[in-house]
Parts: sequence; structure tokens; C-alpha cells
Amino acid sequence: MAQMNMKEAIRDAMRVELKNDPNVIVFGEDVGKVGGVFRATEGLQGEFGEERVFDTPLAESAIAGMAVGMGIQGFRPVAEIQFVGFIYEALDQMFVQAARMRFRSGGRYNSPIVFRTPFGGGVKAAELHTDSLEGLAIQTPGIKVIVPSNPYDAKGLLVAAIRDNDPVFFMEHLNLYHAFRAEVPEEAYTVEIGKANVVREGADVTIIAYGLMVHTAVKAAEELEKSGVKAEVIDLRTLLPLDIETIVASIQKTNRAIVVQEAQKTSGAAAEIIAQINEHAILHLEAPVLRVAGPDTVYPFAQIEDAWLPNVDRIVKAANQVLNF
Amino acid sequence: MSKLPYEVHSEPVTPLSVLSPEGEVINEAYMPNLTDEQLKEIMYRMVFTRTWDERAVNLGRQGRLGFYAPVSGQEASMVGSEYALNKDDFVCPGYRDMPQIVWHGLPLYQAFLYSRGHQHGGQIPEGVNVLMPQIIIGAQILHATGVAMAFKKKGEKRVAITYTGDGGSSEGDFYEGLNFAGAFKLPVIYVVQNNGYAITTPFAKQTGAQSIAHKALAAGIHGVQVDGMDVLAVIKAVSEAAERGRNGEGATLIEMLTYRFRPHSMADDTSKYRTKDEEAEWSLKDPLTRFGKFLEKKGLWTEEDTARVKEEAKAAVNENIKKAEATEKMTVGGLIDSMFETTPAHLEAQKADFQ
Repeated sequence: MAQMNMKEAIRDAMRVELKNDPNVIVFGEDVGKVGGVFRATEGLQGEFGEERVFDTPLAESAIAGMAVGMGIQGFRPVAEIQFVGFIYEALDQMFVQAARMRFRSGGRYNSPIVFRTPFGGGVKAAELHTDSLEGLAIQTPGIKVIVPSNPYDAKGLLVAAIRDNDPVFFMEHLNLYHAFRAEVPEEAYTVEIGKANVVREGADVTIIAYGLMVHTAVKAAEELEKSGVKAEVIDLRTLLPLDIETIVASIQKTNRAIVVQEAQKTSGAAAEIIAQINEHAILHLEAPVLRVAGPDTVYPFAQIEDAWLPNVDRIVKAANQVLNF
Repeated sequence: MSKLPYEVHSEPVTPLSVLSPEGEVINEAYMPNLTDEQLKEIMYRMVFTRTWDERAVNLGRQGRLGFYAPVSGQEASMVGSEYALNKDDFVCPGYRDMPQIVWHGLPLYQAFLYSRGHQHGGQIPEGVNVLMPQIIIGAQILHATGVAMAFKKKGEKRVAITYTGDGGSSEGDFYEGLNFAGAFKLPVIYVVQNNGYAITTPFAKQTGAQSIAHKALAAGIHGVQVDGMDVLAVIKAVSEAAERGRNGEGATLIEMLTYRFRPHSMADDTSKYRTKDEEAEWSLKDPLTRFGKFLEKKGLWTEEDTARVKEEAKAAVNENIKKAEATEKMTVGGLIDSMFETTPAHLEAQKADFQ
């Protein structure tokens, strides 16, 4: 075991898979020599060579499209899109070409590709660096969507994503890269895609979150504990496919739930989660399921980010609303 | 006005023709090295493709085919370019490029199934090195680039080839693909079949560039322009480009000047944007007539041969459309199971709604 932050765990996942499988290949803008703008690929080119880890010209659509072409020829590309807001340039190749390859060809071809991208607020970044665009991805048939919240999950989920024979959109929260260290095994291991994790047990209300919001939710749960409320916190880890079983099992116990997302409120992951709760657990609910989310504006200017993003107070308030319904 | 020393400029380009419209050899130096049997096979394929196209348009009118983009007029650029490849080269076609992938090995009934909107149309047989036709104009340019990158990394002496039209050369993905190929020196051939129109929009409204071939300069790859109605010129250019690719000399953009004798698609009306004079002028360059005259002079082809191939093609179309129509119907459950390697629980649950 070693102590790693999430960035190091992500790098280690690529390292162990580059070692395990000669078809794994890592590329993107500045991922080679320098090791990425966040150093998430640092040292990989030195260890595995330019043939396996390389820089590309600055063109997101071609990065993603090249991954699709290499994917049908037996490679397992791990392609990086430097910041989340730039995936718009690559949407056709990611969400149309890669996501539909198996379906269009009736299984003849597939896209064993991981599209890694940093996202997430609270770091005072420039425009279009921090938007939460998972809502676009979870509406796309054919792709899997993963948002890890800690170093152990990040490594295990990324190893699983690289080994998956279908395309995965792997979103790495900027505010978690260096936030804390945790025990991470040095060998390769996987965390199952599509399985949520109950990170804090409780019996009074379920707080469902992912990414950075898991940590905000845990802090809110600690706050609620002070007034005697025991909140259960679920870290979804994978948004598509969604682990509705773990959510329903929790709600059967707590009978109340809120969903926390950093993204804008309308039509995001929370909306889908609440719809599925209505389908699978309506008879266990004592109150409507509420959302804590960003307002429906464009992602805010850096100076007002903290007021815009969901925080402990807003989560506590929403939890009290469903508790006092 | 003379050019300033710091001003970038390029010279005009003359398209390569090997045959005159009368079938005379006008460029002996560029004659591809082909045996009599090969020459006859090329003619066979072009006549077959013309007949198949005519039949497909009729089958479309009868409702027995669905989406279909006519190809008559482009037989030289399509059949010739495929003929110049090896079977292990990889073809990334656009939506009009069905002839190339059929001659590369896709069974004709599967081409018909693709047209009808059946999943089995895209189930390319093992060992046939093609993708399904691409609807998103430009996307295939990037796939070919990635395939070529894979060939290069594996050290295989194979090339990728991809096709788009004159309109497609305005897409961002077109430029990005060429530029990646230039940066990585990839074994890929980008064919632009310039038939003068993108649906109703004439070439002059796509770009101020003097030719599409010139766009290779922007990517640092090789650029050539050929007479796309001259199958021997097409074969020469593609063979050279493939050899360059295999030798590690990088990518080639080939602009093929051609014409479609039929509408863009079954829903198009050419009379609104083309003149009869223009159509008549291009019909004089019909690739079948030109190459046919060349072969007749060599004593390799007769009108009877054309009639015989037409009958064979009609019989093949009939047989394949029947096979397409007899293919088992798709089910929603089957579609669901083809989404992922392992069907996730939420999709398993959705199957129940369709049983």
C-alpha cells in the first residue's frame, strides 16, 4: 500500500495498465513529455516511451476520432481532453461515433476507449474549465460515465474503465486531484463499474452525491449529526449505469432522500436519479426527493463561484426540509 | 502584380488524365501497369456498378430499398480507387461509397440491408477491412486517420483510405484529419470526390481555394488532382499514394474531378440547380464510355461483353435483394443486447417491456 492523492492514483492506474496490456495507449494535448497540465500522466512517457504515451496536435475532435480508429484496430486508447468544456469539440466522436460503434456494426466493431477529462468547480479556473457536463453524457446510449471521489476508487475505476470493451467517459474533479491522500494498493485492482458505495451509514435521510459533492455531503451529515439526525451518504461513483439497487436499499431504511449535484439543476443526473427513485421506491418515501444543485445559469465567473456551488448549508437545509415535510 | 517574397502562394494544378474522352492514351508515362485480365476486370466492375445503381434507384422507387445515394458517373473514382488497394487495406467510406466497400468484400445483400435500415447490414464479415458508410460528413476522415495510426504503430504495411465529397472538404474534421496525418506522417489516403455539388450548393460556394488538392498544403501532406472520370488515372494516383504510405512517406490527399449523373439522393431534384448543357457536357466524359473505347481498341471488350455483364449484374441484384428481404427481422431485445458487451441491469429490465 502507498499513500496517494487522486491524481497520483489516476496516474498509477494508467501505469499499471500500460504495463499489463501492450495495446493500452495514452495520448492527448501535453500528456507526453510534460505529463499533462495536471501531471496526471507524469513520468509515463519516460517509462513506456513515445510510442505508447504521446502528445497530439491541438484538436479535440481528432483526438477522439483517432481513438475511435485505433479502437477498431485493437488498441485500447486512453484519450485525454484537457478540460471538460472542450469536449464540445469532440462530442460527435465521443458520444456518436464511439458510443454507437458496437450497435451500428452489430457487434463487429467496438470502442474500448476511455475519454479522461478534468472538470469541477471551486478552483477559480478560467471559463469553460470547470462545468459539470455529465448530464450530456448520461443521455447518451452506449457510453458509461464515471466520476470518482477518492484515490482508491479513482484507481480501481480507471483500471476497470481501461479494461472495459465499451467507451467510458471518466470525469476527474479538479478540486479532488490534490485534496487528500489515502491508502492505494500498488498493484492493479478494479472497482466494479456501476456500483455505488455507502460512505456513511445513517437511518434518517439518504444523501446521494458524486464527485466533490460526496465530501460536501459528508460534512453536511456531520453537521446534521449535531442535531441528532443520522444521514446516510451514498457515493454513486458511476452515473451510467446507475446503481439504483443501493439507492433503493437505503431509502427503504431512511424513507427520505436528497440528491446533490454540482451541475445546474434542470435535467441533470439528479433528475434521472429522482425519476428512478419514483419508479422503484415511491411507497417507501415519506417526503418528496429534493435536489441540491447549481442554479440554471451559465457556470459562474470565478469570483462568485463559492456562492453558486452547492455547499454544506444548502444540503443541511434540504435535508431538514425532507425531514420536516 | 508580382508576388511579395513573404506571401504564400501555390501554382495551379492540372488534373492527371491517362485517357482522352475518346479512349486514346494521352499520357503513356502515367499508364498503370495492368494485365489484360485486370483491365477487363475493372471494366466488368464499372459496368456492374452502373447496372446495380440503375436497379437500386428503381428498387428505391418500389420501396424495396431505403436510403440510397446514387453513384452513376463516379464509377471510375469509386471502382478504380478500390481496385488500386490491397485487400488488407482499410476503407472508411462516406454514405455514397457503397461500391468501394462491396468490391472490398461486403456482400451485396448486406449493402441492401444497410439501405433498408437493418442492423445486419453493418455486420461486416471477418476479414473484410471496411467500416460501415458514415453519415456524419467528416467523421470518417478521423477514423481513417486513427486506423492509419494503428497500422503505423504495429509496423504493418497497410494503408487506410477514406472518402468524402467536395462539400465535406469544408468540415473541421476534414482539416483536423489531414493535419494529424501530416504531423504523425500516417499511411492514409484522403479521397475527395469532387462532383461539383454538395446537394444543391456548387463547389464555388464551398471555398475560395483554387482546388481541394491545394488543401493538402495546409496539412503538410502530399496533394494531387486527377480526372475522376478516367479510371486509369484514378488507379495510378491511388497506387502511388498507397506506395508512399507503405514506404513511410506519409499521407496523400487526392481530389478526383467527377460528376454524378443522377440526383444527390432519391429526394433531390437536379433540375433546380443544374443545366441540361452541363449534364450533356459531363456525359461526354462518361467513365464507362471512355474506358470501354480504350478496351475495344485493344480488342479486350465488345458491346456483347457489356450486355452480358449487365445481365449478370441484374441477376445478382435480384438474388441479393431477395436475400435481404428474407433476412430475419430485428427485435428490440436484440438491439438492446447489441449496445454493450455485457448488457447492464437497466437495459435488461427494459427488454421486458418488448417481449
